[in-house]
Amino acid sequence: MLHIVNKSPTERNSVDTCLAHAKKGSKVLLIEDAVYAVTRGSAAEAKVKSAMADVTIYALQPDLAARGMADRVIDGVNLVDYGGFVDLVAEQTNCQSWL
Amino acid sequence: MSDEMDMEEGGTIKKFMFVNRKAPYGTIYALESLEVVLISAAFEQDVSLAFVDDGVYQLMKNINTDGIEMKSFSKTYRALEGYDIEKLYVERESMEMRGITEDDLVVDVQVVSTAEMADLMNEQDVVLSF
Repeated sequence: MLHIVNKSPTERNSVDTCLAHAKKGSKVLLIEDAVYAVTRGSAAEAKVKSAMADVTIYALQPDLAARGMADRVIDGVNLVDYGGFVDLVAEQTNCQSWL
Repeated sequence: MSDEMDMEEGGTIKKFMFVNRKAPYGTIYALESLEVVLISAAFEQDVSLAFVDDGVYQLMKNINTDGIEMKSFSKTYRALEGYDIEKLYVERESMEMRGITEDDLVVDVQVVSTAEMADLMNEQDVVLSF
């Protein structure tokens, strides 16, 4: 399953709840304000890093660039563009958007 | 109407604070706040801006919105000085929680503690929240 989150980890608990429900082997794509979760020094950094043991984390690069965060991404996060976003959705049998 | 008359006669100047607590681009709040700030400048009031919580993200350097096809308003923060809006307060605790330092910001600001921010808010005549 592909999980998609678009809310800032310091404004809503969507990233937390998503990571808690993402089963081993699933993929998590962070877009819009959720990309702050994969930036160095953010409050969500530790949770994202520990989640990497079980799930693959992706972030939308254009959203990171728009927020001045392109060069602050933590290691191990896979960056995708809009084409990559479409590929992720197409490859998975189902997906869930956490609002 | 009477307020308008007062202002034309150089009436009372009030202390206005705009409190920004949302990240830019994900929602419209940051841009709307800037619009109102610029309008308020026309009325020659005592304006200050506060950046708290995710609001500190609004001032990040290296904003490039080409990929999301939205207009960047990053440069507008630097233009505020030209409108005599020079009081920009950023909360230290909010930056620390997000791994951000003063060097990461696009404008010169005054970094204040939560307690200092509380005092600044308390001394305002009008506080507008975004």
